[in-house]
Amino acid sequence: MNIIHQIPTILMIIAPILITAIGGMFTERSGVVNIALEGLMGLGACTTACCYTLMEGAGYGRYSLVIALLFGAFIGCLFSVIHATAAIDLKADQTISGTGINLLADGLTIFIAQILFHSDRTREYKLGMLPDKLGLYPTVYISLMVVIIGWYVLFKTPFGMHLRACGEHPAAADSVGINVRKMRYAGVLISGALAGLSGGCIVLTQTIQYTSGTIGGRGFIALAAVSFGRWTPLGVTGAAILFGGMQAMGVIATSFPFLSHIQSEYFNILPYAVTLIALILTSGRDYAPQANGIPYEKGAS
Amino acid sequence: MQNENNDSFVDRILESEVMTSILVVILGFLCGTLIIIAVGKNPSDMFGSIFDSMIGIPKRKGGWNYRYIGETLAYSMPFILCGLSMGLPARVGLFNIGAEGQYIMGMTAAQSVALWMSPFGGQWILCLLVAVLAGAIWGGIVGVLKAKYNVSEVVATIMMNYIALYGSRLICFTQPGATTYNTAALPQTVLLDKFLIKTSNFNIGVFFVLIAVLSYWFVMNKTRLGYMMRATGYNKNTAKCCGISTIKSITTSMAMAGAFAGLAGALVLLGGAFPIGRIITGMDNYGFMGIAVSLVGNNTAIGNLLAGLLFGVLKQSQSLMQGRNIPKEITYIIQGLIVIFISLRSGLVLYKQYRNKKKLKKEVLANK
Repeated sequence: MNIIHQIPTILMIIAPILITAIGGMFTERSGVVNIALEGLMGLGACTTACCYTLMEGAGYGRYSLVIALLFGAFIGCLFSVIHATAAIDLKADQTISGTGINLLADGLTIFIAQILFHSDRTREYKLGMLPDKLGLYPTVYISLMVVIIGWYVLFKTPFGMHLRACGEHPAAADSVGINVRKMRYAGVLISGALAGLSGGCIVLTQTIQYTSGTIGGRGFIALAAVSFGRWTPLGVTGAAILFGGMQAMGVIATSFPFLSHIQSEYFNILPYAVTLIALILTSGRDYAPQANGIPYEKGAS
Repeated sequence: MQNENNDSFVDRILESEVMTSILVVILGFLCGTLIIIAVGKNPSDMFGSIFDSMIGIPKRKGGWNYRYIGETLAYSMPFILCGLSMGLPARVGLFNIGAEGQYIMGMTAAQSVALWMSPFGGQWILCLLVAVLAGAIWGGIVGVLKAKYNVSEVVATIMMNYIALYGSRLICFTQPGATTYNTAALPQTVLLDKFLIKTSNFNIGVFFVLIAVLSYWFVMNKTRLGYMMRATGYNKNTAKCCGISTIKSITTSMAMAGAFAGLAGALVLLGGAFPIGRIITGMDNYGFMGIAVSLVGNNTAIGNLLAGLLFGVLKQSQSLMQGRNIPKEITYIIQGLIVIFISLRSGLVLYKQYRNKKKLKKEVLANK
């Protein structure tokens, strides 16, 4: 009975992981690994927190929620351009540029908070997103929309097919006139925007300000969900629900008598351990997009 | 004539890895300075803090206060070790993002020895050894997974980082005197003695860092094992054909990487300013910064040493910057930018190809 009451909380925690994971699926399907998701989420979260607390202070009302989220998505998208340029145009090591963005995001977000609010966190806002009559937060609907649109775009439109082709066999895609560079840019930018958006969702539902611990590894959980979900919308959604659910259990376990003696750390470990075990079990069989993480050189056979 | 000189200068930068590293660092600082100016602060305060961290400050009553230098060196030690931890697998063609987790395991192991064993003389040696072992096991696991099951070491090490973080919390919660953030005080027998600059945290751990750097150089350049590892890094299949056990070199490299990072964790715990056991709530980021250290140092022993010192300077200057009204996060920004610029370095190769093509064209036209 009690667990029914906790469903909105669980969904609230799942939603941002799901949004980021769908973005991660897009970028990896196009052939670029983006381990900067964590940092991009942080940048989006910080932007949303700053925008919202400033606009709320200026008295712009509830519309500022939407504007703040859009700003977060925009900044996430903007910073993913760095990764896209490095990975696609300059054929850089994608792990290095992703790590660089993660490090940069750590510094930049708190730096901005220091400049704007003279503190190592953004100013707390008063009223975040509110649940609807069912008790569900709007972010849950956003994540649902992202999944459905993501599935439709990736598997039911020419754009999606082209994008997937670039991740499987870029040379073949190129030979039939698909612009590999453009498609991969699209994949990375989509992942950046969605990561920024989901960062904003975290700030507006789960906390009241941005601090250096707001994201706390969720970007990496999303990354794990992409590979655990075998790069398909359904799989990724399932993985995100599983991992997000485990995270949620860590938060809500205290309200169940039979779980309360289990420390939340056990639940926190689970997503990572499960992914690791899954990677070992599925080793040898490759579900990943064939050209994932390999820069495409035009003209090279 | 002018043009030709210019050309050769650009060429020299493109050819030399050391020059590109220096260029990248300068670029990082330049962007950091621009950001500081953009937000209306005085960049000379930032550079003042950095210089004070490098050379110390004059005492009020005359003489020279070396404390900041000592702190800088103390901060550099984990950076250097984590840089080695990233650099060694990189020579084998692996990307070890797991230094952070290996560092945490080393720290936790050292803390366990310190708190669970009754104090005895020279206990710190055992702490360091156990930390090295714990880090090596943590790294070695990933090595085995990579070598035997072909699991992507990037994903595996990221997962291992977080398993280490929460696992360490679980272990530390059961230690004597555990509260939310720390455990009981560490016994005197495990603390590292201060060295040379007694007013700072600079300690005898520096000898172990130097041993680590030397052994890195020695193993990589002078031993059969190092040769095997480098061969695996250049071309795994060729190495295999030549009868080199790539499984062995991959696993060993990851285990050695873990050993370096584990030692870093123990040094931070036992040589820190507060002799108290920690229950970490988040990453210390030494491991992640180690990636940057190794990239700046081009994976060489001496390069790692210098880059580690640079990062130590930045870390120490943070507290001075805060005092001068400069947000200390600017150092993280600079470090992040440096890594991004390094990743863009591959663009230089493209530029080099473009230049060569242009030069060739010119020569062909001139010969016509």
